[in-house]
Amino acid sequence: MTTIHPLLKAKRRKSTLRTLGFLSPWLIGFTVFFVYPLLSTVYFSFMQYDGFNPPTFAGFKNWSYVFNDYPLFWPSLRNTLWLVIVMVTLRVVFGLGIGLLITKIKTGAGFFRTAFYLPYLAPPVAATMAFVFLLNPGTGPVNHILDSVGIPTTGWFTDPAWSKPALTILAVWGIGDLMVIFMAALLDVPKDQYEAAELDGAGAWARFRFVTLPNISPIIMFAVVTGVIQTMQYYTQPLVAGKIASGIIGNSGQQLEPGYPDKSTLTLPQLVYNLGFQRFDYGSACVIALVLFVLAMAFTALLMRRRNGFLSAED
Amino acid sequence: MTHATLAPPAQAPAPHATAVAARRTAKRKDVLHWIAVHSLGLAAALFFVLPFVFVFLTAVMSDNQALSRDLWPHDWQWSNFRQVWDTPGFLTWWRNTLVYAVSGTVLTVVSSLPVAYALAKFRFRGRNLVMVLVISTMMLPPQVIIIPMYLFWTRQLGMDGTLYPLIIPMAFGDAFTIFLLRQFLLTIPKEYTEAAKVDGCGELRTLLTVIVPMIKPAIAAVGLFQFFYCWNDYFGPQIYASSNSAAWTLSYGLESFKGAHHTNWNLTMAATVLVMAPVIVVFFFAQKAFIEGVTLTGVKG
Repeated sequence: MTTIHPLLKAKRRKSTLRTLGFLSPWLIGFTVFFVYPLLSTVYFSFMQYDGFNPPTFAGFKNWSYVFNDYPLFWPSLRNTLWLVIVMVTLRVVFGLGIGLLITKIKTGAGFFRTAFYLPYLAPPVAATMAFVFLLNPGTGPVNHILDSVGIPTTGWFTDPAWSKPALTILAVWGIGDLMVIFMAALLDVPKDQYEAAELDGAGAWARFRFVTLPNISPIIMFAVVTGVIQTMQYYTQPLVAGKIASGIIGNSGQQLEPGYPDKSTLTLPQLVYNLGFQRFDYGSACVIALVLFVLAMAFTALLMRRRNGFLSAED
Repeated sequence: MTHATLAPPAQAPAPHATAVAARRTAKRKDVLHWIAVHSLGLAAALFFVLPFVFVFLTAVMSDNQALSRDLWPHDWQWSNFRQVWDTPGFLTWWRNTLVYAVSGTVLTVVSSLPVAYALAKFRFRGRNLVMVLVISTMMLPPQVIIIPMYLFWTRQLGMDGTLYPLIIPMAFGDAFTIFLLRQFLLTIPKEYTEAAKVDGCGELRTLLTVIVPMIKPAIAAVGLFQFFYCWNDYFGPQIYASSNSAAWTLSYGLESFKGAHHTNWNLTMAATVLVMAPVIVVFFFAQKAFIEGVTLTGVKG
């Protein structure tokens, strides 16, 4: 048995204190703004609570209400699934396409890069309002243009079948983040691999398929998984689009029909607002919050498994 | 030997001609390629730029024209911007947004920096666990914990109708900022911190006097991200500030502006332009830092 020299022990204690000191903002924040509210959310999910009368134990009543009787739960889950399949896929495909394009552009690269990137920065509320205006069925410029070219028009944000495609157009417009990530990844692909492929007589498609894709596949995976996580959080755009397109908002911030038109723009985060802050059913709102938590964590775990590089540190 | 130098004269021009022809076709292919790439680029750029153009053109139209088929303004009604600016509340929302964004950014950077430094440079037990927890909270939708947080800030601390519940938590580190700063710090060779230590610097002094000057671009990038996050935040102000219009931010107020100016798309678009403008101006001043930051979220690590 070796005993630790007291001097070493003191040094170790000092370094532990130092580490705790540096981490302290996060340690406090994590406890007060994450652990406590998460436990509290679990607690409230089993309570009947309207914010005025004291909470009473409700067992699984809120859980059963949300899954069986709450009319907005399954439609919003279906919407999320639709958005994951269509919106995430299109964003990744177009993000990669635009990224490829920008690496090929020789003249005016700065202009193109800025043009492709800028919409990503547009504040979501402003961008959504702009698109509700652009795609306004009666007076918007898009339908005017489609009409004059003879293409049949739709109601976009006012038509349940077209509201999600309209949101998808808005999301593809704001593709700048993915473009930059793909652009950087594409520039990192070793040049000699392309040269070798070319010597072997590989055409443009073969070079893309056998050189580009294998090299950037981790980035594609990253884009897909973060895209899915972002879709779970999708809140401002569908909410604002529904409110503005329905035309029934005053200064109260209330709306008559959540998910206008016909629940087609509902997403899970909106349900937390609807149940908690419009119906004052905090217990059921917490059930939705926990569903969101489990979904987000599942995909985050996938992300960390795929990219264990996330955790690597200099040693 | 002689045989090699006396190449058959008839064949000499042939390889030369094919080489020139090949070079010519290659050049023509290059030109065609240039044209194809740039026309595709222009078509794509139209899709990205036109919405801004239409929004702007509508913002300077008259009330009636905004509802008509004409896409080009008849008379440029610049007074629309003035009218939006003079709308009661607009200036207050603007000021609130600025206060929220600036204080939120400063607090986030100051509180996240030491945490990121510890995660990048210290060796301690549980470091990977902390990293996993940081990444997990980074991915968490804010709605997950909103019910208890709302009750905490409004019932226990009486802060309903203010932006404090959004600003105060930023003094306790932000997961995304910690993560990004750590990624930057990992790229700094150990020698710098060790040299500082040899010179007798404590860790805090090393961080402030050696590291911070080295990672200024990184700090600019995370600062910008946080600034834009606050500027664009809709959910936070909706939960905490909605009951008191004196605490509204631009993002939240903009929507009610549409409610009050029901059919005045021109004024609504003028307001939209005024909300978008600062973000675009900031971007043009800090383009490089910004794009570096985005790249780092996805590529390094």
